[in-house]
Amino acid sequence: MKTWRMGSGDPQRNAQGRLCHLLTLEGLRDVEIIELLDTAASFLDLGSRTVKKIPLLRGRTIVNLFYENSTRTRSTFELAAKRLSADVLNMAIASSSVNKGETLLDTVDNLLAMQVDGFILRHSEAGAAHLLARHLGEQAWVVNAGDGQHAHPTQALLDLFTIRHLVGPIHERVVLILGDVLHSRVARSLIQGLSILGCPQIRVLGPRTLVPPELVHLGVHVFQDDRAALEGVDVLYALRMQKERMDVQPLPSLEEYHRRFGLTPERIRLAAPGAVILHPGPMNRGVELTSELADGPQALILDQVTHGLALRMAVLARLAGGSG
Amino acid sequence: MVASWDLSNLLDSLSDDLARQLDPQHCVMVGIYTGGVWIARELHRRLGITAPLGELDISFYRDDFSRVGLHPEVRASHLPFALDGRHLILVDDVLYTGRTIRAALNELFDYGRPERVTLAVLVDRGLRELPICPDFVALKLRSHPDEYVKLRGPHPLRLEFLRQDLP
Repeated sequence: MKTWRMGSGDPQRNAQGRLCHLLTLEGLRDVEIIELLDTAASFLDLGSRTVKKIPLLRGRTIVNLFYENSTRTRSTFELAAKRLSADVLNMAIASSSVNKGETLLDTVDNLLAMQVDGFILRHSEAGAAHLLARHLGEQAWVVNAGDGQHAHPTQALLDLFTIRHLVGPIHERVVLILGDVLHSRVARSLIQGLSILGCPQIRVLGPRTLVPPELVHLGVHVFQDDRAALEGVDVLYALRMQKERMDVQPLPSLEEYHRRFGLTPERIRLAAPGAVILHPGPMNRGVELTSELADGPQALILDQVTHGLALRMAVLARLAGGSG
Repeated sequence: MVASWDLSNLLDSLSDDLARQLDPQHCVMVGIYTGGVWIARELHRRLGITAPLGELDISFYRDDFSRVGLHPEVRASHLPFALDGRHLILVDDVLYTGRTIRAALNELFDYGRPERVTLAVLVDRGLRELPICPDFVALKLRSHPDEYVKLRGPHPLRLEFLRQDLP
């Protein structure tokens, strides 16, 4: 597995220690995360106004640079930037110069020559956002919107926001992450975020190949037995099973996965009363969870989307503010 | 501290002026966080305005965002009424450069189009940087930029007038 090793200094901070990129939750202080979540909360009400835009980032230009497909993340970042009154350039990578062999940094240098202020980067290579941040320094800021199997900090932040907003204080809740934890950037970032905010118990459940015992090094409790894993859990976080990995990874079939680890009304009854279900989307109905649960009151999946917009506004406002 | 005032008298006189010249029953009132909300609560009660009090946090509309970033303690603005066609009394504690009022007006118009906006402030300390003029003022001060006029509260409300160089 590829992992990014941080070199000297923290690539997401400037010389004064100020957060100038958001690449990973690793190394963030709890107060910094709480401040982002609080800011997001203040943006949440804007959605109910007739005029949903506020002028904070008026005149700024932000590039959505997506080297991997994503509908939800790309569109919520775009909408977040627009609600802050920034101009957004969406790079259609598949049809761009990348296919002509232009490297990431060349692409970015060309965009920088057009005086853009910030980049939102999704890339299949772990460490791509770090590479970009080091390249840019303080010329422009970078938000990591998912890099390979490494990190997806804004997804984790919106998950933390959802738990804190609709379930309760994170330091009082038991969280179970189900599925392919090993390959999931969402899981990695979420585990980091939960740890920083003092989650008393982070559990993972899934096939042995996807939740190997070594995961304890991340501070999690590894389960292969669903009954033990579910007992007393407040938050059930179902990861997306990547069908495209089925061919190359030693996974059971999707049917087998659902039978052993999928969330069903019966299985949910083993968790704490009032337990909720989160999913980073897009979900495979009938695999990670049943349709009945996906549409039921315990699922906070659409709340996560709403919160994602407010949270991404908070991240953009945090990075763009006070830099002039 | 070089001076202190009886706030209760100031609030009474401000409230009396508003009652004399406006028709408070047909107005809505909005206070600007934090001090403006405290003053607005007092006026709202004294004037017996029936519509609930609105509260405005202008952090998202400040003009110094590029320089200083977002203030860590942003609260959500809360306007529990439709603004369109209403006479709105905007309340702040200390009027200084006028930038807060500029931001507040911009935010208010993102909620709707009031028929009229009247500005009532507890203190006008002068030194305006924008062409903004209050309609109702309880106390006019001649101040220097190095001085510091601040409302403390909410219980009790206390107006402080300090020189920066004093300990």
